[in-house]
Amino acid sequence: MKKVIEVENLTKAFGRFKAVDQISFEVEKGEIFGFLGANGAGKTTAMRMLCGLSIPTSGKAIVAGYDIRTQPEMIKKNIGYMSQKFALYEDLSVAENIRFYAGIYQVPEIEIAPRTLELLNRLGLENEKDSLVKALPLGWKQKLAFSVAIFHHPGIVFLDEPTGGVDPVTRRQFWEMIYEATDSGITVFVTTHYMDEAEYCDRVSIMVDGKIAALDTPANLKKKFEANNMDEVFYRLARNASRKAD
Amino acid sequence: MTLKYLLEKEFLQIKRNKFMPRMIFILPFVALALFPLVANFEVKDINLVVVDNDHSSFSARMVQKISSSGYFRLNKVSADYQTALYNIEQDDADVILEIAPGFEKNLMNFQPAGVLISTNTVNGMKGGLSSAYLSGIINDFSSEIRAEHLQNNSKLKANAIEIIPRYDYNPHLEYKYTMVPAILMMMLAMLSGFLPALNIVGEKEKGTIEQLNVTPVSKFTLILSKLIPYWVIGFIVLTICFLVAWMFYGMISAGGYLQIYLFAAVFVLAFSGLGLVISNYANTIQQAMFMMFFFVITFIFLSGLYTPVSSMPDWTQALSRISPLRYMIEVLRFIFLKGSNFFDLKWHFAALCGFAVLFNGWAVLSYRKTK
Repeated sequence: MKKVIEVENLTKAFGRFKAVDQISFEVEKGEIFGFLGANGAGKTTAMRMLCGLSIPTSGKAIVAGYDIRTQPEMIKKNIGYMSQKFALYEDLSVAENIRFYAGIYQVPEIEIAPRTLELLNRLGLENEKDSLVKALPLGWKQKLAFSVAIFHHPGIVFLDEPTGGVDPVTRRQFWEMIYEATDSGITVFVTTHYMDEAEYCDRVSIMVDGKIAALDTPANLKKKFEANNMDEVFYRLARNASRKAD
Repeated sequence: MTLKYLLEKEFLQIKRNKFMPRMIFILPFVALALFPLVANFEVKDINLVVVDNDHSSFSARMVQKISSSGYFRLNKVSADYQTALYNIEQDDADVILEIAPGFEKNLMNFQPAGVLISTNTVNGMKGGLSSAYLSGIINDFSSEIRAEHLQNNSKLKANAIEIIPRYDYNPHLEYKYTMVPAILMMMLAMLSGFLPALNIVGEKEKGTIEQLNVTPVSKFTLILSKLIPYWVIGFIVLTICFLVAWMFYGMISAGGYLQIYLFAAVFVLAFSGLGLVISNYANTIQQAMFMMFFFVITFIFLSGLYTPVSSMPDWTQALSRISPLRYMIEVLRFIFLKGSNFFDLKWHFAALCGFAVLFNGWAVLSYRKTK
C-alpha cells in the first residue's frame, strides 16, 4: 500500500513544554486513521504540523509527498481540513460558502455551480441553498463543513473533532459520509473523543502526554489490552497520564 | 484567479453587515457637519470686568468701544482690583481691565496713559486671544483720540504707522476652512485604518482565518483582498465628505479634485496597511482597537491638525515627519484652499508612497500562514 503520511520523531516544543514528543507513524492511502488522546495530549498540535499550519521543533514528516518543513504550501493544495472551531462563514449563504472555498482551491468556475447543486441534493439541503449558514442546525453545519473540506477532491482530509456536540444519529450519518469519502480514494485522518467512533476507524493511535502509547487496529488493541471495547483500552492507557486535562 | 472569490466574499460580508454600511455613510457626514463648528478657536463672549479709577469721559468712551466690539461682555464694573480679582476667582469674569487715575489727562497731554489688562489663562488659548483682542481695541482707541487731536493741532504731525493685514487664501480667517480639510482626512484615516484591522482580527476570533491559512491561497492575495474593499470605501467616504463640505459650507476645492483623489488613494493604502500590520500582532479585537487608537491619536496630534507643526518643539517637529496624516492634511489644505498642483507637492506624494510601501510591505512580511 502507498503511504500518504510518514512521520518520524516529530516534536513540537513550546518553551520547555513538549506538546508533541517524538511521535512516529505512517498512514496508508484510503485508510481511516483515528488519532485519539485525552484533552491536552497533543493531538491538535500534531495535526496542525501535518497541515502545514505549524512548524515542527524537530523530526520530519511527509504529507501527500511533500515535506511539512519546506513545502507547507504544496501540502495545503493537496489536503482538506476541518477544524475544531466551526470555520464556515456564518454571514454567507450555504451556496456562497461552497463557491468561496471551491474558488480558493481553484476548482474551475464552470464546475462550481453544478457540483454545488449535486452536493446539496446529496445532503438534502437543496432548499437551504440561499439560507445563511448561521441559521442552520449544528449537525447540518458540520456535514456542510466536511463536504466543503473535500469539495476540491483532496488526497487527504484532516478532521479535528468533527462531531463534537452532535447527537448520535447525526454522528452516524457523518460517519457514513466519511466512508463515502474513503470509497472515492480520500484518506481520512480524524481526531475524536468518542470511543464508539474509534471502532469505525481502520487503525487507531492513542496519544498520552505527547507520545503515542499504542497504535493498531481496534480489534488488535482490544485483544492486547484484554478489553471488551475501545473505552476500556483508552481508559487503561490514559489514566496513567501525568498531564492535566485543559 | 482566487482574488476574485476573496473579494466577492469581502463585499458580500460588508453588504450583509447591518452596522458597517451605515457607519461608512453616517460617520463622515456627522463628523464634517459638526466638528468644524465645534473645533472653533475663535473666542467670543469674553466676560470683562472694568475697574475704572479715572471716571472720565474718555474712559467711558473706551469701555463703550470695547463692549461694542462684539467680543466682550461687560459684566461688572468693580470699585477696586481686589473685587475684580474675586470675580475672576468666582469664574464670573475672564479679563480685568483696570484704568489708571489720570487716564484722560495723560492722553490729552500725549503722556503715556496707564491701562492694565489682567487675564485668566487657565485656558491658555482663550486667555491669550482675549488679551490680544483687548489690546487691539485699546490701540485703536488711542489712535482715534490722537487723530481727533491732530486735526485741532496741526503742528504735531505724528508719524503713526498703520498696518493693514491681508489674509491670503482664507480672507476672513474662518476656522472652518482650515478645519474641514483636516477633519476630512482624520475621518479617512480612522475608517481606512480601523476597518481592515478589525476585519482580520474578527476572522482570527471566529477561527475562519485558520481555515484560510490551511488553503493554498497566497498571503499576498489574501492581504490584497483585505486592502481593496477598504480602498473603495475610502473613495466613497472622501466623496461624501466633499459633498458635505460643499452643501454645508459652500466649500469647493481651489485645485483639481482629481489630484486630491490621487493623493488620497495612496494615503488610504498607507493607513490600511498600518491597520493590517496591527492585525498581524493583535489576537483580539480589544488589542487591535487599543493599538490602533494609540497610533491614530499620535498621528493626529503630530499632524498639525489642531496646532501648527511649526510651533511645536524641534524634536516633535522632527517626529511629526512619521505621521502620514501630516503630509496628507498639508496636501489637502494646499490643494483645497490654495489651489496648489501636483508638482508643488511632489515630495508629499513621495512621502505618502513611502508610507504605503513600508506599511504594506511590513503587513505582507509579518503575516504568517505557518507559525
